[in-house]
Amino acid sequence: MTGHGFDVEQVRKDFPILQRRLAEDRPLVYLDSANTSQKPQSVIDTLTEHYERHNANVARAVHQLGEESTAAFEGARDKIAAFIGAPSRDEIIFTRGITEAINLVSNVLAWADEPYRVGPGDEVVVTEMEHHSNIVPWQLLTQRTGATLKWFGITDDGRLDLSNIDELITERTKVVSLVHVSNMLGTINPVAEIARRAKAVGALVVLDAAQAGPQLPYDVMETGADLIGFTGHKLLGPTGIGVLWGRSEVLAALPPFHGGGEMIEDVRMERSTYAPAPHKFEAGTPPIAQAIGLGAAIDYLSALGMENVAAHEQAITGYALERMLEVPGVRILGPTDMVDRGGAISFTMEGLHPHDISQVLDSYGIAVRGGHHCAKPAHRRLGAQSSTRVSGYLYTTEAEIDAMIEGLHQVRKFFGVA
Amino acid sequence: MQLQQMYQEIILDHYKNPHGRGLRDPFDAESFQVNPTCGDEVTLRVKLDGDKVADVSYEGQGCSISQASTSVLTDLVVGRDVAAALSTMDAFVELMQGRGQVEPDEDVLEDGIAFAGVAKYPARVKCALLGWMAFKDAVARSGEGVTAR
Ligand SMILES: Cc1ncc(COP(=O)(O)O)c(C=O)c1O
Repeated sequence: MTGHGFDVEQVRKDFPILQRRLAEDRPLVYLDSANTSQKPQSVIDTLTEHYERHNANVARAVHQLGEESTAAFEGARDKIAAFIGAPSRDEIIFTRGITEAINLVSNVLAWADEPYRVGPGDEVVVTEMEHHSNIVPWQLLTQRTGATLKWFGITDDGRLDLSNIDELITERTKVVSLVHVSNMLGTINPVAEIARRAKAVGALVVLDAAQAGPQLPYDVMETGADLIGFTGHKLLGPTGIGVLWGRSEVLAALPPFHGGGEMIEDVRMERSTYAPAPHKFEAGTPPIAQAIGLGAAIDYLSALGMENVAAHEQAITGYALERMLEVPGVRILGPTDMVDRGGAISFTMEGLHPHDISQVLDSYGIAVRGGHHCAKPAHRRLGAQSSTRVSGYLYTTEAEIDAMIEGLHQVRKFFGVA
Repeated sequence: MQLQQMYQEIILDHYKNPHGRGLRDPFDAESFQVNPTCGDEVTLRVKLDGDKVADVSYEGQGCSISQASTSVLTDLVVGRDVAAALSTMDAFVELMQGRGQVEPDEDVLEDGIAFAGVAKYPARVKCALLGWMAFKDAVARSGEGVTAR
């Protein structure tokens, strides 16, 4: 099968895990990429080579290995800056993942100077379709500071309900934080429009781009946001690495998060002064190999072209939606067409539980996710206790979607609902 | 095939025709348990009559494994002494946590032996135990269980 601007079969050869055979010698059908993506050989080799040849701590050693390691680590920062259209490499902060990126922001806002400080009487706005990692940190912040948490609701078809935007975003709003592409519903949110409204009242805009980063050509400046989180393992990179991008002036004004080595300028026993961003926010030895591995992942994606990756994601998701709607009893949670829609497809099946669906699919070598996908409020809103989620990526073929559809028919047969 | 190993006929039967389902009055204690990884829930009530488990009633949303195991639970504990019910529970928990290495005793566990295959799937063990955890909690809350143990 030929994708859009790249040959999917050729791409698949770059991912060794896709050669695995499971479940009585069936080929692995990996449809859980919204959970974590598989890794190309180039990323795996980069990690190995780092540990085999260049391993040293960064920024602390003048020896040759230290220089090589530092150059590769800082080189990864350059690659990421270019990949997301950041005006400056100093706007790229390495974190452990997007969860840490969001917690960094929500924590420092409790201590920030005006106009950023969140305190009593202030309001933080999120949405009902957030991943728990963009809900709980804001609950912690507002509960601890006496601020108030508000949220946009969801429409029945899984879009943000913007009808009460004037009541939600007011002069009391200090932060608006939302997901760019939903990991559960697949919805692509109108972030630029919401950012414009938030900026008009002087609020900070934070985006969760955990799913948008892997799926869309990204330009941080076009979003209108101030701070944006990414997570490396969904971007073909290793686990344990994420990115927080922030506008220079915002990063300069925010206080440090963790204290430790590398984030300082000078330390005296009474007090310390801090390094400028990004190092101000990177205390301690960072995930070095992981950052370098993420750099290799970005090289891989850039070589394919994010426009092509996005086009393939659109095509494969559209095909999957069309075929899934043919299966009796299937209800899609989220948009059922490809208008402003990304790659995650969550669904329920009449009379069948997601655990049982995924267990039967697994017996055919098909990997999907069953559960609440860390989005319990969105499930509750749409009247589902949990769902099954299918999510393909740049290596996903129509034949794999066909295998999954056949699997769904088998599930119905197995539990006697056919 | 592995699938049949997990989904024994007995399990599918209990899933399709659960025993004792529904919440009933009167009851001495109620427990609500949720499996945080998947969100499955069960609300379970216990009615004791002296030392005896007079009724167990429940409602919940869950997969075939959790629903069937709660159905089996009612067969195994209703009408029994609290102490006997709790020792049956211990046998079931031991089976489920045994990673497929524990040989179940049919005299003790009856239909519960069908879950032996599930014990090989760590991700599903919690499903099988959800109703039992609710039972243990409800008995403890009713006060009787504490003295009976
Ligand atoms: C939309 C979204 N936000 C946040 C996260 C959290 O990512 P991580 O666990 O890598 O920090 C995920 C991934 O599960 C996600 O899909």
